[in-house]
Order: sequence, then C-alpha cells, then structure tokens
Amino acid sequence: MSVAQEAVRRADPVARAQRRAALARWVRPALLLVFVVVFLIPVYVLVVTSFKPLSEADPSQAWNLPKVWTTEAWSVAWEKLQPGIVNSVLLAVPGSVISAVLGSMNGYVLSKWRFPGADLVFTLFLFGMFIPYQGVMIPLVQLMVNLGDALGVQLYGGIPGLTLAHVVYGIPICTLIFRNYYVTIPDELVEASRVDGAGMLRTFRSIILPVSGPAFAVVVIWQFTSMWNDFLFAVFLTAPSSWPTTVMLNNIAGAQTVPYSQQMAAAILASIPTMVVYVLLGRFFMRGLMAGALKG
Amino acid sequence: MRRVRRWLPGLLLVSPSIVAIAVFVYGLLGWNFKVAMSDRHDEISEGSFVGLENFTGIWDQERWGISVRHAIVFTVVFVGGALVLGWFLAFLMEKGIRGEGGFRAIYLFPMAISFIATGVVWRWLMNSGTGEQAVGLNSLFSHLGLDFLQWQWFRDPDWGMAAMAVPAIWQMSGYVMALFLAGFRGVPDELRESARVDGCGEWQVYRYIVLPMLRPVTLSALIILGHISLKVFDLIVAVSGKQIITDVPAVFMWTAVFDSHDPAKGATIAAYIVLSVAVFVIPYLVWNARKGNRS
Repeated sequence: MSVAQEAVRRADPVARAQRRAALARWVRPALLLVFVVVFLIPVYVLVVTSFKPLSEADPSQAWNLPKVWTTEAWSVAWEKLQPGIVNSVLLAVPGSVISAVLGSMNGYVLSKWRFPGADLVFTLFLFGMFIPYQGVMIPLVQLMVNLGDALGVQLYGGIPGLTLAHVVYGIPICTLIFRNYYVTIPDELVEASRVDGAGMLRTFRSIILPVSGPAFAVVVIWQFTSMWNDFLFAVFLTAPSSWPTTVMLNNIAGAQTVPYSQQMAAAILASIPTMVVYVLLGRFFMRGLMAGALKG
Repeated sequence: MRRVRRWLPGLLLVSPSIVAIAVFVYGLLGWNFKVAMSDRHDEISEGSFVGLENFTGIWDQERWGISVRHAIVFTVVFVGGALVLGWFLAFLMEKGIRGEGGFRAIYLFPMAISFIATGVVWRWLMNSGTGEQAVGLNSLFSHLGLDFLQWQWFRDPDWGMAAMAVPAIWQMSGYVMALFLAGFRGVPDELRESARVDGCGEWQVYRYIVLPMLRPVTLSALIILGHISLKVFDLIVAVSGKQIITDVPAVFMWTAVFDSHDPAKGATIAAYIVLSVAVFVIPYLVWNARKGNRS
C-alpha cells in the first residue's frame, strides 16, 4: 500500500470509526479489569494473611502467599468474636423484621389510605433519614435510661435498647421503600376492595401483603446490613456484655497484642453474614441502595 | 364525619411511627441543642442556659480547628474521588459490556462490609514506612517501580486526611457507579441517535445530551456522599483510633463524651455536625418535594 493510499485510508471516516470502535472494544474491558484487581487488593491481603502462621503474619510479607497454610488464626478469632456475633444476630434478625412490618404499614397508609397532611408527614420522615445520628446520641442515652426506668426494663446498655434505636431510626428509609413500591399498585384495586366493604386492615391483608414480597426482601436486607455493620449506636448504647460484632472486632483489632492473622480472620468472620446476603440477594440489595437516592 | 372515618384508621396505624419520629428525631435534636446551649460540663450538674457560648468558645480550641480542617480535606477528596471514579466506571460500562454483572458485583461488594472490618486491612496497607522500611502499599509501589508514590499515608502531617479518604472511596465508588449507570441507561437511545443524525460527534452527544441528563443523579450522589463524609466516624476509629493526626468532629465528640465527660461540649460538636448536613440536605428535600408535587 502506497503512502498516499495509506493517507487516504487514514482519512476515511468510516475506517476511522471502525478502528476507534475496535479500540474501544478492548480498552474498556481492559480498564475495567485493572479496576477489578485494584478493588480486590484489600481482599487478597485479608484472606492470605488470615491463613498465615504467626511467624509470617507481618506487614513486610503482606503480598506473599502463606508458606504454611493454617486455620489456627481462624479458630482463635472465632472464639474471641463469637459473643459479638451472637449479639449481632439477636439484634439484626428481630430488628430487621420489626422494621419491615412497620415500614410496610406506613408505606401502605402513606400511599393508599392517605390522611390529610400525609405528604408533610412523609417529608418530615425523610429528613430523619439524613440526620447525622451524632445529633441525637447524647440525649438518646439519657432517654433510654429514663424510658427503661419508666417501663421497668433495661434499655440502656442492652440489646433491646439498641434494637429499639435501630428500628426507630430505620423508620424513614423503610417507609420510603415500601411507599415507593406500593405507589406502583393501581389505586383501583384498593378502591374496589373498599367498595366491597373491606376495611383498611382487610384490604392490606388481602390485596397489598400478597404482592409485597420484593419490598420486604429489600427492607429486611437493608436493615439487616445496616444493623450488622453499625458501630456508632453500639458504642454509645451498649455495655461490654452486649457488644455486637463491630465493637468486638474494633477492640480485637485495636489491641497491639493480637496477631495480625487473627485480626484479619476476625474481620472476615465479621463480614461473612452480610457478604452472604449480598451474594445471594444482591438484586434486592441494589434496589435498597437505589431507594436511598432515586425517589419515585 | 364519614370522611373522617375514611382516613382516621390510616392515621392511627401510622401514629406509633409518627410519635417515634417526633420524639426520637425532632425531640432529641431539640434536646441536644438545649444541652449544647447549657454549661453542663460534667455528668452530675443540671446545667443552666448559656446561649451560644459553647458554639463560639469551641473555636478557641486548637483541636476543634484541626478536626474541622480534617473534615473539609476528607470531604473534598472523598466526594470528588468517589464521584469521579464512580462516574468513570459507569462510563466504561454504559454501552453494555460482557460480564457486566460480574464487574458490578465486584465494584459494589465493599458497600456490604462495615468500615470497621475494612479498616483493619486498610490500616495495614497504608503503613507509613517508606524506602527501606516500606511495607503494605508502599512496598507494592516499590515492586512496581513507582517509588515516587510512596508517602506516609494518614500519618502525613499535612495531607493525611486525603489518605483516609482512600478506603472510603474504595467503599463507596461502586455505589456511585450504580447510580450513574442507572442515569446513563435513562437517556433514551432515540435522543442520542437524533443528535448523531444532526451531525453531532460522539463527544458532542455526550457533552450536550448525556451530561445534562445526568445532573439529577449527580446531585443525589453529591448529597449522599456529602452527608456520609461530614459525619465520618467508624472508618477513622478503625484505621487510626483517636489520634489527633486524623481527628474529625465525630471522633472529637466521642472523646468529649466518653473521655472528657463533657456533655455540653459533645452536644455542641454534634450540633455543628447536624447543621453542616442540614444546610444542604434541607434545600435538597424541599426541592425534591416540590418536584414531586409538580409531576
């Protein structure tokens, strides 16, 4: 091919577009793969370190694979973290179910059985989603103490109080998710049920609840994840015997005496429940994330 | 009367939540401001009203100035970084790519893990040793021949907080990617096609058609990242504990309550955190509500 022909070919817009497209076909996946590697770097270090014996678990060997693989660190970490995991389960399982029930009732009323001022109530709920919880923490501790005294139960320091706090501050997001889900159910269905003489609860049970499965999944996953991962409420509201996983993990990891391999194994153990939920039900997890951002 | 009977059950069903939000959100916010405006500097005294004394007095404390500066540096780097990286990942994926589900799953999984757990490994990776003592990421850089990238990470006296933003970007940019990807997909193909027919190049299509339509998503992402950033707490505690070198208002508040036992000071810091978030969240919610009413 002569130089002139080559120049013509280069100038040819169609060929240029094709070359570009071919380039884009390779460049995009290549860049994405680079980012995958970058994103997985911390995971690699966590996993390999957790399987190392004490002699190898040192930052200077962070990038090496274990010369000797051992699960010794895992069993020690499990022993240390286990009470926290039990507490977290006792918190997150009932807590997320209660949140979903409340959210579903609120969402139903605010979308299908509205009262005057329902929009204002909804907007005031929404602000509750964005408040930094630091802003209520100091009086919350006081309120928990007083409320516990008044009711004759121990709220401050224990799991019930922590669950109560998570459920209450979860109301806004749970209501939002259910409301946005119920808005898509045709009003005519609810109207028809009304005309047939069904009351609010009856309509809720027979028309709304049977189709609420996906919204329940989204809310339960969302609340479970945030209760499991929370640290702020836990450090303010719980005593050592009720510490959930995050607080225990932070104490294990903060201690200079705990070997790195055990810290890393504990960090992985603490993340397994939410990771399992994410892998199995990622679709619903995504929807929860989006609900926080995109209204309607 | 019949109309009241129509909506009253609904109100009753929601009323427990209304009471809970009224007390736990608005009541406690008000209570916090009351404590912040009192001289309750220990846990025994009742405290009397002192107006805005604590709010002005705190600026005389060196530590407060440091923690505010840290929060600003962190916010700028974190919000900017997560926004750019998230947008870029979405941009690479927007036209559909083989294995998209897999890529998305990997970029998003850090969202499912607590900052406390990821802090364990990031503290290790961001070890401050350089040169001969390089470990963690610094040693990775030296293996790759990128020695000039070595630095002290969060122990850097001036820009340590920028390093603190790295794990946060890692954690949140997948989320931003998902938001932008939804935004990209929301641009109708016909719109792009007609712009191309009108003679727009790909870049112009992007600049004049796609970018403007991404504005609402960008705003949502900014609000979410911003409010996470201003109250950042777990991550800092997990990576560096209570060290002054990475102090932020939320950590300062924590030590004010548990170490100095000074509720008034803690409440003042908390009030500042709330205000810093409220100044942009309230306009956003009002704007959102208006938009909702119009449509």
